[in-house]
Amino acid sequence: MNFITQIINGLNAGSIYALVALGYSMVYGIVKLINFAHGDIIMVGAYAVYVVLIMLKLPLWVSVLASMAFCALVGVLIEKLAYSRLLNAGAQRISLLITAIGVSIFLQNLFQLLFSSSAKSVPGFFPEGSVGFGGASVGFGTIITIAATVLVMILLQLLINKTKTGKAMRAVSEDAGAARLMGINTESTIAFTFAIGSALAAVGAVLYMGSYPQITPYMGSMLGLKAFVAAVLGGIGSVPGAMIGGLIMGVAESLTKGYISSNISDAVVFGILIVVLLFKPTGLMGKNVKEKV
Amino acid sequence: MSKKNKLAPYMKKKLISYLINFLLVVAGFVVINVLTTLGVIDRYIAGILTMVCINIILAVSLNLVTGILGQLVLGHAGFMAVGAYTAALFTIHSGLPLEGFGGAITFLLALVLGGLVAALFSVIIGIPALRLKGDYLAIITLGFGEIIRVLILNLDFTGGALGLRNIPGMTTFNWVYILAALTVYIIYSYMLSRHGRAVLAIREDEIAAEAAGIHTTYYKMAAFVMAAFFAGVAGGLYAHYIGVIAPSKFNFNYSVEILVMVVLGGMGSITGSVIAAAVLTILPEALRAFSDYRMLLYSVVLILMMLFRPGGLLGRSELSIAGLGRWIKRMAQRFAAWLRRRKNGEKAPKKDKKSRKKGEVQ
Amino acid sequence: MALLEVKNLGIAFGGLRALKDVQITIDNGEIVGLIGPNGAGKTTVFNLLTDVYLPTEGTIELEGNSIVGKKTYEITQHGIARTFQNIRLFKYLSVIDNVKIAMNSQMKYSGFAAVLRLPSYWKEEQRVEEKARELLRVFDLEQYAETRAANLPYGQQRKLEIARALATDPKVLLLDEPAAGMNPTETLELMETIKLIRDRFKISILLIEHDMSFVMGICERLVVLDYGMIIAAGDPEEVRADPKVIAAYLGGE
Repeated sequence: MNFITQIINGLNAGSIYALVALGYSMVYGIVKLINFAHGDIIMVGAYAVYVVLIMLKLPLWVSVLASMAFCALVGVLIEKLAYSRLLNAGAQRISLLITAIGVSIFLQNLFQLLFSSSAKSVPGFFPEGSVGFGGASVGFGTIITIAATVLVMILLQLLINKTKTGKAMRAVSEDAGAARLMGINTESTIAFTFAIGSALAAVGAVLYMGSYPQITPYMGSMLGLKAFVAAVLGGIGSVPGAMIGGLIMGVAESLTKGYISSNISDAVVFGILIVVLLFKPTGLMGKNVKEKV
Repeated sequence: MSKKNKLAPYMKKKLISYLINFLLVVAGFVVINVLTTLGVIDRYIAGILTMVCINIILAVSLNLVTGILGQLVLGHAGFMAVGAYTAALFTIHSGLPLEGFGGAITFLLALVLGGLVAALFSVIIGIPALRLKGDYLAIITLGFGEIIRVLILNLDFTGGALGLRNIPGMTTFNWVYILAALTVYIIYSYMLSRHGRAVLAIREDEIAAEAAGIHTTYYKMAAFVMAAFFAGVAGGLYAHYIGVIAPSKFNFNYSVEILVMVVLGGMGSITGSVIAAAVLTILPEALRAFSDYRMLLYSVVLILMMLFRPGGLLGRSELSIAGLGRWIKRMAQRFAAWLRRRKNGEKAPKKDKKSRKKGEVQ
Repeated sequence: MALLEVKNLGIAFGGLRALKDVQITIDNGEIVGLIGPNGAGKTTVFNLLTDVYLPTEGTIELEGNSIVGKKTYEITQHGIARTFQNIRLFKYLSVIDNVKIAMNSQMKYSGFAAVLRLPSYWKEEQRVEEKARELLRVFDLEQYAETRAANLPYGQQRKLEIARALATDPKVLLLDEPAAGMNPTETLELMETIKLIRDRFKISILLIEHDMSFVMGICERLVVLDYGMIIAAGDPEEVRADPKVIAAYLGGE
């Protein structure tokens, strides 16, 4: 496999990581919580597509929308049932973390009980065929993935910077107390953020299934972790950072698999995380906030 | 009054309570051994009790760093794995005797070696990891746990995915009981000293602790390394009990199971961890039929505990004889009052829920 | 040689220059007040002295030795202790434990000695218990020894913070608004206590305070900060009459 192909593959995976990383970043930006369960939302999205597309035999676009809506709903539910109570009560970080872990494991095991732990196959739904580029062939699926991600990114930037809701989100990220005093409904802003982040995860799931047509209840954890590393790499809380982080992660992983060994690609992911956290914990584009004494 | 005289009553009170606890531990040991000889405790139950003791060591050591120090660490099973493999490889390859008194020495050496190697790993991991706060520390320890697992999976002498087999079954109930008691004692006595206070101070307010002269990095590392050491010892015990170990056992799920024990028992309560470890080892066995739902249940337990009782069952307090006595007395008083009220036909006074909740803050 | 010598101290946060050219000298046994309007940078000075921030310029010397770049706990062990503007007690620990923790660096027994309960453990614990109680007595807190720190009334919590700082056996005590939130009676009592600990423990004190009667009543020298720079320093009466100081507090003509 030549170099260009590796890079293209990396961009493919990286786009998916970027989409999921966005969810992490947005949630962290607004409530300073690493939503452990976010990776498992991808899994939920994937199974939603499976149910609508394969079991209900509805068209692809219906299943994508249904999945996005369902994931958004699940995201909001998780926030309302598990996190909001702790956030409002000013609970300790460790309680939030443990709750997030609990939600993650709950989702994994719930879906394992519902769908069994064996992998379900989804027939490829991206059009076949490819396009030549720089001496390598780029599948239509890859093009769609990257294009979709870029589109989503642009839409998200517009949302955050040009709409009132986006302004509310930015305000709550800066200072929730002040935002509340300015008349912003922080509860619904937070819920909305979770909804968007989860919907993005659903899109990520769809794109993932296009390239890797097998789903299991545990697919979310490694994916989620890689996306999380991408978010940290790019600077958690930063939207462009999530994109950059995701792409770098994807390419790094692809090059490792291609030139070193696919066994250690997981370890490399963690290695990147460790290096980032040690040398530039705020990531490539993040902001540094020191605790005031 | 000479210094020695002043010291004596302070020491005496503590020594008496140490003696009582020691006698209780010995009594438990004797009772269980007698029951085993009499056949009341068969191999199956003995096996469960052995796992209880191993899990006690795991839970109490995790509690030290997660409950008492307050840093969420997610790679505990990784240290257990290091200890398990080290100890097993030692007994298998060292050529030292495996029977009788010589065997006991070999076993002890293996366990200690397992603990030390796990401790070494924790030092390497701790140097970068402990600089991070909360969320990031948790993720990084998770990462290291996974890296350890991947390493073991890919090295030759560890047997890869199939793991190690035919590990000599040197773990007996007596071994685990004594080591569990020792672990609890060591951690407990460490906590009741200036070092323990320093650790508590770091959890309360790290910045204030530094300002008070506490070398926070040192104490965080000390707690982390101690926890890893005991996890390693527990791993060695486990390996020589089951006889077969593979990397798939020491995964994130297992780390979470131990975390559930700590959370349930009370983050910061050593006795709480002991009780929770016992309950969460026996219960899954008793409810074998529901084993499919176990992790699901655990996750719900985690969430509910965090929502409604984040301190766990015992919070930060310890179960002690004196404490138990006081609790019994309080219950008896309440019962007597209730009887009296019934006799006089009065209504019960309304409990002030608000003030009780405040006092319960963990 | 002065006990604590701060020269040309300055720090910038990005583009914001928080402190510039700050000089402070403290001799043995002095009580010096650091005053100025809100936001002038007084707590920042404390933070620089205790390694919460690293200065971008200037020197800090304690007994002739530079402490810039040393870690907070090292600085405390060298002899500078501080209290915080927002009380930072170990809330769920007992009052006496709060004090004992501050004495940790004066104790020597190792973890092994603790576990084996060697004689050094018993001796040092006994000694620390006595010393802690004695310190609590100075602040009239001994009856609260076993109480959880969070359950103390506010004024007592402030005193406990000072007691805890004192327990580190410092040469210089930095008090950040020690009288904040206290009523006049408590304030007078605190003034007496501070003078007492200065005399009894032979330490120097640098304090930040807004309560002028407190400042005038207890400080032997004043340093006035405004927008990160020193605008006046010296005798309290002279400083109080200085038109620059008045302008800083009242906003000028």
